[in-house]
Amino acid sequence: MAYSEKLLDHFKNPRNVGTLDKSDTGVGTGLVGAPECGDVMRLQIQVDPVTQKITDAKFKTFGCGSAIASSSLATEWLKGKSVDEALTIDNMAIVEELALPPVKIHCSVLAEDAIKGAIKDYQQKNGLVVEAVLEAH
Amino acid sequence: MGQRLIYLDNNSTTPTDPRVVETMIPYFYENPGNAASRNHPAGWAAEGAVDTAREQLADLINADSREIIFTSGATESDNLAIKGVFEMYARKGNHIITATTEHKAVLDACKKVEKMGGEVTYLEVDSEGLISLEELEAAITDKTILISIMWANNETGVIQPMKAIGDICAKHGVLFMSDATQAVGKIPVDPKEVGVHLMAWTSHKMYGPKGVGALFVNRKNPRVKVTSQMDGGGHERGMRSGTLNVPGIVGFGKAAAIAKEEMYEDTARLSKLRDKLQKGLMDILEESYVNGSQEHRMPHVTNISFKHVEGEGLMMTFNQNIALSSGSACTSASLEPSYVLVALGLGDDLAHSSLRFSLGRFTTEEDIDATIKQVSEGVNHMRELSPIWEMFKEGVDIDAIEWSEH
Repeated sequence: MAYSEKLLDHFKNPRNVGTLDKSDTGVGTGLVGAPECGDVMRLQIQVDPVTQKITDAKFKTFGCGSAIASSSLATEWLKGKSVDEALTIDNMAIVEELALPPVKIHCSVLAEDAIKGAIKDYQQKNGLVVEAVLEAH
Repeated sequence: MGQRLIYLDNNSTTPTDPRVVETMIPYFYENPGNAASRNHPAGWAAEGAVDTAREQLADLINADSREIIFTSGATESDNLAIKGVFEMYARKGNHIITATTEHKAVLDACKKVEKMGGEVTYLEVDSEGLISLEELEAAITDKTILISIMWANNETGVIQPMKAIGDICAKHGVLFMSDATQAVGKIPVDPKEVGVHLMAWTSHKMYGPKGVGALFVNRKNPRVKVTSQMDGGGHERGMRSGTLNVPGIVGFGKAAAIAKEEMYEDTARLSKLRDKLQKGLMDILEESYVNGSQEHRMPHVTNISFKHVEGEGLMMTFNQNIALSSGSACTSASLEPSYVLVALGLGDDLAHSSLRFSLGRFTTEEDIDATIKQVSEGVNHMRELSPIWEMFKEGVDIDAIEWSEH
């Protein structure tokens, strides 16, 4: 299977690999997937409490090249966005950007779930209203 | 890149030995004959070449050349043996015994037999990948007509106790069939010595061309017959019709002759390189596990799981330079990892983390040194990226986490 240049670039030079302090109230953590399925994604966001903008994003992923590239791309897209804007990131945009083959679409779904999971975690920690977007899948 | 690809996927297919290619070339144009054309020199030349190849194959496995049936490959040979015995011996019974770690060609042929009214027992294997002889014997009924156990496993290289299985088959008067695709030409394989009555293998796993295989069918004590699955001109003693692939068969024969000459030397060299590779990786990388028996194993194979790293992603770190296989099935539409590794009792997570290294005649020591370096760098890189490796390092009980299914 031939992968796109963008996917290979994100795989070889993954952006924003790392860990944020999950006990920090400004940090939201999304952990999705399962080791038995061969994919686990952990995506974290640091939110500025005043502006509600995402100032930092980090990830770690156990998975195939497409899963790693999808989460790397997601962290790039998250930085600088407001929480509300981040909620609009759609998995199909990731599929398009990385030219994921059909058997790898689940990697982009996982990345979207991880984004939503991280935002939900941040909102719950801060007593904010949780949008009903999680039911989308 | 200009760099030579390091090829450690010889259990998938081997490169064709240049000496084999050379013997095949005259049979494309200079000698165009059909081995079944009995009335002109071109036909005679083709027939003679096929006879020579049949002798070379028989010689390699200590059989009579009349016991060799040419097919298109091991998958066809497996199908012919299993379905052919099921049909031929229908009056004697309808029960077949096999194992869960067999190749899909055997398992799916058995599933077809079940649809045709047969009954199949699938034996489990232990953590070493070996079947239990007691369970095998206990599974035999008065309806059992065939026991099909592979000689050596394609994913782990584990070798089954062939002689002991053959003795049980002889004791109960049941036919013994073996898919020996991974063993022939690599280790000494003598079906008569261990009591195998039908044996499937293929040319392209022993440095011959693709598209040609063989089925050994025992001729005396007992005289075994199979019902043909391909009908037509009555070639191959009526068991497999279809014009013979003369160049392919010539190459297959030459590959057998070379294997007979060089097998011991190759094996000694490859087992040293394999051991060096395995030790090199295990020494550098903690939390690495060899899958399957190391005592009863093919000399050129090692299958290793690198915990908390996903195999396909890992392969992407070096697949421009090194070709090998993973037990992770993420490339397929299903998310199921290798059923062979799962049958050994590995969790799905460890099965997803496995790499199969299969060395071959053209593997060099430099290849092994480069592989140790690149794979260990890849594993370390992927572990840096792995959230479960981080949790493991922090002492989190990963099995206790409630993972979200997807």
